[in-house]
Amino acid sequence: MAEEHEQPPEPGPRPTKTTALVPMHLPPVADAPEPEPLHDPRTGDVDDWGRSEQVREFARKVYDPMYRRWFRAEWEGLEKIPTEGGALLVSNHAGAIPADAPAIMHGIETELGRPVYGLADHFFKTTPVLGTVWARAGGVVAHPDNAYRLLREQQQLALVFPEGTKGTSKTYNERYRLRRFGRGGFVEIAMRAGVPIIPIAVVGSEESMPILFKLPSVAKAFGLPYFPVTANMAFGPLGAMVPFPAKLKLRVLDPITFDVDPDQPRYSRSRIMDESEAIRQQIQEALFDMLRQRRSVWFG
Amino acid sequence: MGRRVLITGLSTFWGGRLAQALEADPDVDVIIGLDTREPQVRLERTEYVRSDENYSILSRIVRATGVDTIAHTFLVVDSTSMSSRAMHEINVIGTMNLFAAASAAGSTVRTVVVKSAALVYGCSPKDPYWFRETDKRVSPPSTRVERSLLEVESYVRDFARDNPHVSLSLLRFCNVIGPDISTPLISALELPLVPKVAGYDPRFQLVHEDDVVDAILFALNRQVAGIFNVASDGALPWSEIMAIANKRGIPMPPMGIATATSPLRRLGLVDLAPELINLLKYGRGLDNRRFKEVGYQYRYTTAGAVEAYVEALRLRATVGDREPGYHYEDDVEQFFRHSPAVLRDRPTT
Repeated sequence: MAEEHEQPPEPGPRPTKTTALVPMHLPPVADAPEPEPLHDPRTGDVDDWGRSEQVREFARKVYDPMYRRWFRAEWEGLEKIPTEGGALLVSNHAGAIPADAPAIMHGIETELGRPVYGLADHFFKTTPVLGTVWARAGGVVAHPDNAYRLLREQQQLALVFPEGTKGTSKTYNERYRLRRFGRGGFVEIAMRAGVPIIPIAVVGSEESMPILFKLPSVAKAFGLPYFPVTANMAFGPLGAMVPFPAKLKLRVLDPITFDVDPDQPRYSRSRIMDESEAIRQQIQEALFDMLRQRRSVWFG
Repeated sequence: MGRRVLITGLSTFWGGRLAQALEADPDVDVIIGLDTREPQVRLERTEYVRSDENYSILSRIVRATGVDTIAHTFLVVDSTSMSSRAMHEINVIGTMNLFAAASAAGSTVRTVVVKSAALVYGCSPKDPYWFRETDKRVSPPSTRVERSLLEVESYVRDFARDNPHVSLSLLRFCNVIGPDISTPLISALELPLVPKVAGYDPRFQLVHEDDVVDAILFALNRQVAGIFNVASDGALPWSEIMAIANKRGIPMPPMGIATATSPLRRLGLVDLAPELINLLKYGRGLDNRRFKEVGYQYRYTTAGAVEAYVEALRLRATVGDREPGYHYEDDVEQFFRHSPAVLRDRPTT
């Protein structure tokens, strides 16, 4: 072996302590020259996360008319989103098939030209066809390790909806009232990854596919997170998939940075909950402010 | 004094390859190979010892030969290759006896390398995309091979805790690809139409068989203690692996695959392991950085490993097997190793 010089002079095995297998210590690695990159005969453009830029490009082409003509999406404060470095985008989530997620991803990708990875429930991954399309379009299972790798190691933009399905499953009479922000896991991830949180308030997705009531028994039978009866269903099975042309308004709030060191083993739970609640309040206030200024659901 | 190495599972693919590689190392004095079957590859100086499948004679061997290094490559990870009963005997009981022998009073064992598999992480939609060595599996073990490997790893952990003077490396390999090895994944890839699950196109990470042997040798020679994932860089969609292999897929229904393929299994044509079916839906990725940090350099990326495998198959299809088949003959091997008539000081040709 070429690594002979690493060994102690006397032959035979060297006793090594392995009391704790997992928190192990690594012997120092000699300053080896950077190895040449290996031959990598890839044929596709699907990245390590399952995202394909070709699929994204196609999705952008198809979705762009929807984004510009149907929803007439309008951004406010887009310059607050950094053009480089990792950041965790946090937004409210609404509508039976939420219009906010594709609008945020599309808007940032077309305006800033950088990819956005959408963190979502593993429900997508378990669903055939939809799960594959979702992954190719930039969806990633919302696991803390995945988020950390995206934000800290790859300095990407990740989008998360802390309300989860609690936000998208609320009925129309509860519109624009934010649900609980999970257990604040998104704050902990941003602290550990050392990236800012950028809150985004979205108005319009509630009205694009309003839920009149839910059928829990149907949801249970099909293993869905919820089964909504939407106003769109009045337009037949095809119409049920088409959102109403509500005017989409997106407001980017000031980035929030935390004065804690990244990569700590744990962070104060009460601090996390306080920050999480403060961010929820900010988005809620911004929503109320935007709704005060909104003259029409359809024309903004 | 050189090293004295004991290899478990000499007749498995890995045991044979490892013994061949160690024979070329002049620092290794003695190589002893244990298995229930005769060796499948030509070996020059490895001593083959037949044992029963749970190694009850192991403590005698360790005491009598004074081995200082054990490479435990006998673990069964292919659940289609034998009954679950036999697998339990080999994996769990065999490992238990191995470590009992290695930690007996007066044991000379100082280095142990265990070849485990990424199966211990399981495979579920809730998984992180890259498992680290410290991660626990997300879903409870659902198949027998996963359960038995988890039990094996618990013995490994106990052994490491009780024997702090022993350098123990536990290597977890992801799915292996290569022209010589046979795994459920490769046999699936060699079918005329490669099975895939309709609507799913999971990320796959592979490692080439040469990298596996290199990794075990690296762990033996460098004595890196700890748990390490061994997997090549890059996770490709299953469809892209099929594309590099120049194969077409046949979609299977997302549900009831076991039922759908049971006629083929009865005929002995296709035997999809339950672990593989789950993998074809959700895929699995391993974080390979820790093993790189201790200095291991991979020969192939995942895509490179698939390409190397396909190229080797093409060559074989044209010119046939490079080496003729080997059959172990006990008298012949005994003669070459022990007869006074054989001149041993000459350099081997």
